[in-house]
Amino acid sequence: METFSYFPHTEGDVRAMLSRIGVSSLDELYGDVPEDCLFKGEFDLPDAMSELEVRRFFEGLQAKDVPVKVFAGAGVYDHYTPSVVPYILSRSEFLTAYTPYQCEISQGTLRYIFEYQSMICRLTGMDVSNASLYDGPTAAAEAMMMAMASAKKKTRVLLSEGLLPNVVKVVETYAKFHGVEIGHVTATDGQTSVEALRKELAAGDVAGVIVPSINKFGVIEDHAGFAEAVHEAKALLIEYCDASALAVVKTPAEWGADIAVGDGQSLGIPMSFGGPYVGFMAVKKEHLRKMPGRIVGQTVDRDGKRAFVLTLQAREQHIRREKATSNICSNQSLMALFVTVYTALMGPDGLRRVNALSSAGAHYLHDRLMETGLFEEAFPGKPFLKEFALKPRMGAAVLQQKLLDRGFFGAVQVADGVVTFCVTEKRTKEEIDALVSAVKEG
Amino acid sequence: MRYYDKLVFELSETGRRGWTLPACAFPEVEVPAAVRRSEPLDLPEVSEVDVVRHYTNLSQMNFGVDTGFYPLGSCTMKYNPKINEEIAALPGFQALHPLQPASTVQGALEVYYEMDKALAAITGMSRFTFNPCAGAHGELTGLMVMRQYHMSRGDYGRVKVIVPDSAHGTNPASAAVCGLQVVEVKSLENGRIDVEALKPLLDDTVAGIMMTNPNTLGLFETHIREIASLVHAAGGLLYYDGANMNPLMGVVRPGDMGFDIMHLNLHKTFSTPHGGGGPGSGPVGVARHLERFLPTPRVIKRNDGSFDVEHDAAEAAGQVSGYLGNFGVILRAYAYILMLGKQNLRQVGRLSVLGANYIKECLKDAYKLPIGGVCKHEFVFDGLVNDGAREGVEGATTLDVAKRLLDFGFHAPTIYFPLLFHQALMIEPTETESKETLDAFIEVMHKIAAEAAEDPDILHNAPHGTPVRRPDETTAARNPILKYGD
Amino acid sequence: MSKIVEGLLYSESHEWVKVEGNIAVIGVSDFAQKEMGEITYVDMPEVDDEVEKGDSFGALESVKAASDLYSPVSGKVVEVNEELEDEPGKVNEDAYANWIIKVEMSDASELEGLMDAAAYKAATE
Repeated sequence: METFSYFPHTEGDVRAMLSRIGVSSLDELYGDVPEDCLFKGEFDLPDAMSELEVRRFFEGLQAKDVPVKVFAGAGVYDHYTPSVVPYILSRSEFLTAYTPYQCEISQGTLRYIFEYQSMICRLTGMDVSNASLYDGPTAAAEAMMMAMASAKKKTRVLLSEGLLPNVVKVVETYAKFHGVEIGHVTATDGQTSVEALRKELAAGDVAGVIVPSINKFGVIEDHAGFAEAVHEAKALLIEYCDASALAVVKTPAEWGADIAVGDGQSLGIPMSFGGPYVGFMAVKKEHLRKMPGRIVGQTVDRDGKRAFVLTLQAREQHIRREKATSNICSNQSLMALFVTVYTALMGPDGLRRVNALSSAGAHYLHDRLMETGLFEEAFPGKPFLKEFALKPRMGAAVLQQKLLDRGFFGAVQVADGVVTFCVTEKRTKEEIDALVSAVKEG
Repeated sequence: MRYYDKLVFELSETGRRGWTLPACAFPEVEVPAAVRRSEPLDLPEVSEVDVVRHYTNLSQMNFGVDTGFYPLGSCTMKYNPKINEEIAALPGFQALHPLQPASTVQGALEVYYEMDKALAAITGMSRFTFNPCAGAHGELTGLMVMRQYHMSRGDYGRVKVIVPDSAHGTNPASAAVCGLQVVEVKSLENGRIDVEALKPLLDDTVAGIMMTNPNTLGLFETHIREIASLVHAAGGLLYYDGANMNPLMGVVRPGDMGFDIMHLNLHKTFSTPHGGGGPGSGPVGVARHLERFLPTPRVIKRNDGSFDVEHDAAEAAGQVSGYLGNFGVILRAYAYILMLGKQNLRQVGRLSVLGANYIKECLKDAYKLPIGGVCKHEFVFDGLVNDGAREGVEGATTLDVAKRLLDFGFHAPTIYFPLLFHQALMIEPTETESKETLDAFIEVMHKIAAEAAEDPDILHNAPHGTPVRRPDETTAARNPILKYGD
Repeated sequence: MSKIVEGLLYSESHEWVKVEGNIAVIGVSDFAQKEMGEITYVDMPEVDDEVEKGDSFGALESVKAASDLYSPVSGKVVEVNEELEDEPGKVNEDAYANWIIKVEMSDASELEGLMDAAAYKAATE
């Protein structure tokens, strides 16, 4: 019998267990499987590798990637990860633990989730947060379903044109199958138009409206009048936000929103080619019962000690089954731990500094690019934070290739002839100046 | 485990900080007042050492697979290899932005492409998407593919999906999210699908059947071929919930059994860590005729051998998550598959089934076994044979057994699922546990059964040695305190 | 032994009805509250919602379970017991003293299909 480091069984162990069970071979344990279901061939997989070979294999794959300086955002931000965070995440009691259903031996997980929920509430200004969702786009889809569940007779949800394209696509996909009609609210001059919103609401039958706090053009939106209009139409206002930016821009609560959703990736989570990230959702108190996902609550144990438990589980799929608010089972627990530790380290001042540095760098790049004479303003006068839109005279494709040839990833196309750049606290003056030189070259 | 009762908010002191950042090299720009945050940002201010100590102490109130045995039925708590962690942390992969041009991420795209082939080889399906972030997400995606297939054929009337009454709650919930009505099919006494009860349910309003094999009781659905023919003949599709894939690893392939669509849980079967409840990954695999309905974005290989990303496809069900998938999780699973190789893959299922049957045979004298015979990777007990109930003393329940196990350094099995048995205790050891561990567990379970028979109050009062004991869940639900300061 | 009150009508799904003119006052029986265990939340409809006989109008939730409530009659909801929002445990304390919703009946003949106390007692024994 071949041995393998992940299988502790010796031949003697196997024989003893087979004997106790009363069968003579492992194959006999599959005696109830129809013969034609058993796979008799050879698996089309490589031979087992040693750790050394696995490491070499992946380093080889990694070498096929071309390192670039990231000057793009579009929903994923290259913010710095403090060393403490991955260190804490690697603790095996956090990493290899299961969902905290047995609360007595899961107080670690339950407490950090309670802290996470608390931090999300303070960032968004809302009353209650859940224990996290998969990512920003699916969190928006869950918010859409919540709006529909809260307004049983309505059939429409409105999406701002300013939302990131992947958010729109995911919400539209869920809507298609869930039986929801999606309406669109146009963006004018780089921000969601309140006139267009009022017009769509007037057409009636709207359960919810999803608008971006900072839109795909990088513009920080002004939502004055939105909540009034949406609430008058008896619909829910849903703000889609960047978690890190909430330290310095108006919160969903300040805009009068019912639900706040977004992605917590900007709180130091590595870009990691698309995931894992962490979706967040926080709501006003009155919407608590319709909120999907796990929630941790505080209580006391039989000795009167403060203790934490998964609570309000009667909303969830394992109890409500098809009547649950959602089918979601897991959260992104470890990533919630990530943003909790990050936020604990950064505190209010650190978060403000991250945004200040990113914004200063972005405005510097913006000004230097405009100085080249090779760009037009896309939305003159509109405020931006760390991401901004410009119209390159040479066209988006040409610009993108120019940058790529010199090792820069930027100028993401967000509309016809409009591209965005993003600067975070990781980009140095040298890098920014080099990008500008690259644009001017040739 | 020592009781540590702090929350990070309680360690906060104005003026403390745990961060360092470079000085600003440019003029700073204020956010205009109209859109600037004016409510205070009341987050904790804590020094770095306090953050490290706090979360380290919190971790010591937790139990992981690395701590001890975790026989949670239907969760497949196998060993999480550490080489996986190193691969996922490779800086070259961590630094990749998901929207980078394909020419700069050929290595990362190759990971997706090769994983697709590997999972197809293991499961007998034709092609996989890695977009779903978890098992339930995979179920939803798979059902979207099912509906998209029927819609593409103009078959809009197929709005029902059949689900066994023993199914996990995510199955009917995913169906409901996907706009499908759930129709339950009854199980026989032995827990298997009643094929005679299935037949009358199959008509042209049925999109398909959602099931798992082995079922949630750990029993192989021996009539799977018949079920597949019946469903296909009625024009429906077969969906395989891959939560119970572990016993099939290296032995049986869902594609060969007739399944058209399936999902896998990388965080169960493929050893990626559970992380306290995520992140996971729920890749969805389909038979060839359904490939074009898979969601976007998708990784493709061009004729010149290079890889690219397809963002739009006319017949795709849609987009189900932000980007290509939980890349960090997929890297871990890929490393695991390479370590297993084709040789060791064959033993995963076999050894998992060995361990489960061994525990079952050793404990069936003390715990009620409602369904006898050979099981697969997991099985269900229905409470104690002798729960010690007597005049004035309530018998020990499954919950009591679970809590008492915590005192002995074991994580409890899954309790009160499946709903078919009122005192259900579902045990799944996995293939990475030694005979010594299984024997130790068996010994403790016997001890607990003896305690129950003698004096059930020992169990009623358990756990005795954990940091907290039987938190009041009723008050937690009646008067929810869901954030610090509530 | 569950408590059963005379003068009320009962449904198979353990709701009771007290008829007050054209209004059906609806709650759950002692049997139902015992089955649920400690009730943590009562999910109720809104005033002016329409209900149909046999359809679910809400649910009782406990820590580990949820049980749908089925309307014994059709009509319009005219009142919901707001006390239960903050104190769902009142249903456990006295299932008969704590009604859940009041419905203005659209078809009083539907009451004929319900059981009286004696029939309900026999059905739950």
